[in-house]
Amino acid sequence: MNPAGNEKIDQIFNAVYKEAERRRSEFREDPVPKIHIGMATCGIASGALETQKAFQEALDEYNIEARIHTVGCLGHCYAEPVVIIDHPDSGFPPIFYHEVNAGKAKMLTKLFLKEGDPRFEHVYGAMEENDLIPSVMEFARFNREKRVVMEKCGYIDPEDIYDYIAEGGYSTLVKALKLNPYEIIKEVQNSGLRGRGGAGFPTGRKWELAKGSGEQEKIVICNADEGDPGAYMDRTILESNPHQVIEGMAICAYAVGAKKAIIYVRAEYPLAVNIVTKAIRQATELGLLGKSVLGSSFDLEIDVFRGSGAFVCGEETALIRSIEGYRGMPRHRPPYPVQKGLWNQSTVINNVKTLASVSPILDHGADWYREIGTENTPGTAIFSVVGNVVHAGLVEIPMGVSLRTLIFDICGGIPDNKKFKAVQIGGPSGGCLNEDFLDTPIDFDSLTEAGAMMGSGGMVVMDEDTCMVEVSRYFLDFTQNESCGKCTFCRIGTYHLLKILERLTKGEGQDGDLELLETLSKDIKVGSLCGLGKTAPNPVLTSIKYFRDEYEAHIYEKRCPALMCRPMIAFYFDLDLCARGCDACATCCPVEAVFTTSNRKKGVDQELCVKCGECIVACPPEYDAVRKVSPPDRVPHIEKPPEKEKEE
Amino acid sequence: MPKFLVDNKEIQAKQGTILLKACLDNEIYIPNLCYLEGIDPPSVSCRMCFVKIEGERQPVPSCTVTVKDDMVVKTDTPAVRQLQRTALRLLLSVHHVDCKNCQANKKCELQRMAKFLKVGLKPKGLERHLREIEIDRSHPFLDYYPNRCVLCGKCIHVCREKNGQSALTFSKRGFDTVISFYGVKDLSTFECENCNACIDICPVGALILKESKEEFLK
Repeated sequence: MNPAGNEKIDQIFNAVYKEAERRRSEFREDPVPKIHIGMATCGIASGALETQKAFQEALDEYNIEARIHTVGCLGHCYAEPVVIIDHPDSGFPPIFYHEVNAGKAKMLTKLFLKEGDPRFEHVYGAMEENDLIPSVMEFARFNREKRVVMEKCGYIDPEDIYDYIAEGGYSTLVKALKLNPYEIIKEVQNSGLRGRGGAGFPTGRKWELAKGSGEQEKIVICNADEGDPGAYMDRTILESNPHQVIEGMAICAYAVGAKKAIIYVRAEYPLAVNIVTKAIRQATELGLLGKSVLGSSFDLEIDVFRGSGAFVCGEETALIRSIEGYRGMPRHRPPYPVQKGLWNQSTVINNVKTLASVSPILDHGADWYREIGTENTPGTAIFSVVGNVVHAGLVEIPMGVSLRTLIFDICGGIPDNKKFKAVQIGGPSGGCLNEDFLDTPIDFDSLTEAGAMMGSGGMVVMDEDTCMVEVSRYFLDFTQNESCGKCTFCRIGTYHLLKILERLTKGEGQDGDLELLETLSKDIKVGSLCGLGKTAPNPVLTSIKYFRDEYEAHIYEKRCPALMCRPMIAFYFDLDLCARGCDACATCCPVEAVFTTSNRKKGVDQELCVKCGECIVACPPEYDAVRKVSPPDRVPHIEKPPEKEKEE
Repeated sequence: MPKFLVDNKEIQAKQGTILLKACLDNEIYIPNLCYLEGIDPPSVSCRMCFVKIEGERQPVPSCTVTVKDDMVVKTDTPAVRQLQRTALRLLLSVHHVDCKNCQANKKCELQRMAKFLKVGLKPKGLERHLREIEIDRSHPFLDYYPNRCVLCGKCIHVCREKNGQSALTFSKRGFDTVISFYGVKDLSTFECENCNACIDICPVGALILKESKEEFLK
């Protein structure tokens, strides 16, 4: 780049930045209260649209002037819908409110915005240090996180590019355009950034390979085909801060020499598709994308491609086939996409989180990034922690933090005083780890060593009531459904695994099943064509390794230790606890399996019972008399009184 | 011309030759189903043609390797045989073994591989799982037997080669994956009647000619 060119870039960008600043100060200096509502898919699913409507109606009703600012997701899913109210006149700092439904919205409008009372019983915390209200930063869920990728998520309006620019957005692109592409690649290499899609391949190395693959034009693809059950990091990032991803893509495209980039996002993420499409349009209008980016000689066109929901299309070669218009089936690698990718051109495929890390790295420098995380895996990891955990949601932590810290300190541990049993990391390709691994640091290498994997960041926490055989069956059912059917091991091998596991959970296990599961799994791992098949047996292998006794109980005793597999359990009422005359369970039983004993307590007709568990829900907690037992023949016999003749 | 060793036998082949082909041409049999010259990229889906190449940790499918000078290849190590036998047992576990009534009897690749790898046609240990549909009769001239098919995909390729576009395609997924005629709007534009390329290439007799067109019209 020549200095004259650099000046032009600065000139164009400064004009854009000035406008962004003007808009922000106009917003900030406006003395009216501001209501920030989290409106990503998770918020909307919890009722954020109704909350927004309720605020609007209440503001009109009480004739209060205030601005509603729709933002993305903060990652605190357990607290949705999340609202931050900034009411400067009240003397209080901006306040974080959780679970703000329509009623709460109306109440807060009247009592806080109109009368100045923040209603302490509903306050979660203050967004800044102050003397009146404890700050959210006093909670581990906030202060133990390290936000790099999600730094701006939940604070800016994803549908307004100026919000992002005012926060310093796109200034790294400006910086990058003035650098030589090789300098950028070197910086990314020095940062030690590893691909966040699962495999952890060094990103800088990938870019270097693409750059070195010849003079022809390259293609950059952002892989947002997130399909792991319970994982939604990519969706949240695209819905909360799409421009950070787009900026990363633009820097990558400039570095490797691409004029075309594609965001491959699942069609099941309609909001993400809309927001990203809008973001690309806004960036193009401001000259940050398109022909001659910021007046430089670099052109970049970004398209959005909607995937049709096949899990296997997250595999890069299948993803390429799918964009080319064919059935999404993986092919053998090598050649790798950087050698021969989309339309036979060299193609760089990076995950959403990888690309979103690029701009902070270039902004603060590789050394800054290396200081976060561990030596082999610098930076942060984003997990969607779900399952039996108190503070579920998205957590961004430095690599190397232990599972115990993540699950117990940051996410609040297991609800209802239950015991921790296992954590499934890395989605259906990952493994189930038991409590022996709670002190394992989270990074690519130690998780792989333990038999799990980083995957894209799904983390399912399970308590003592979870049957590990059933969990394996669930994941195998998923992978078998999502197998493309191309190669023998994955198509037929995982089907056999699934059928054996189905038998085990029905109490039909046989001698030799366990050994067959193990040998088949090992062969499938080696023999399969793509990553889906190669990792599909991981849940089976790890759960056998760490919970072998459960498998043995299922096979040899027909017993489900977690009392979860219905064919292997029976329900009964503990007669010492059952309350005489109470009919709660009997009235809710859908099959009339509950009968009254001669002393007016309850029994279960095992012939009729379908083991739905409704009686457990119905039994008042002060009695808590419903019990499960496995195997079913251990159920105590309770005499059913002879049926009375009905009187005519 | 690269010179290399396969099972201690010295072989020469032209630069760029696929290892599997070089071996087959030199009378070294490696079990295979989906390999066909001209399919690019190779489908590598049957997972049968594994070999051990010195320097590689795991067995690799020989249809993905081009010959190199001084390569040392072994086609019958225990690890190779383990994978091949498992793959074959898997294929046979979903195969309707009824050789007497199958037109591919005696020229069937599954029979050949079973004999070569010493695997029984009805392997013990694995349960048999067959697909529900026994015969797909939707094509005017062809019948398709899902429980015979090994999904090698060669029929799709030869049809495309001959007709520019393939009348056959993979459909469904996972265990339910089949070859079907879905997606082709007008079969009359294909000269299926006089072609038979798919039938000829099928290694297992999963595609056969209908006895007469009248049968279809009935």
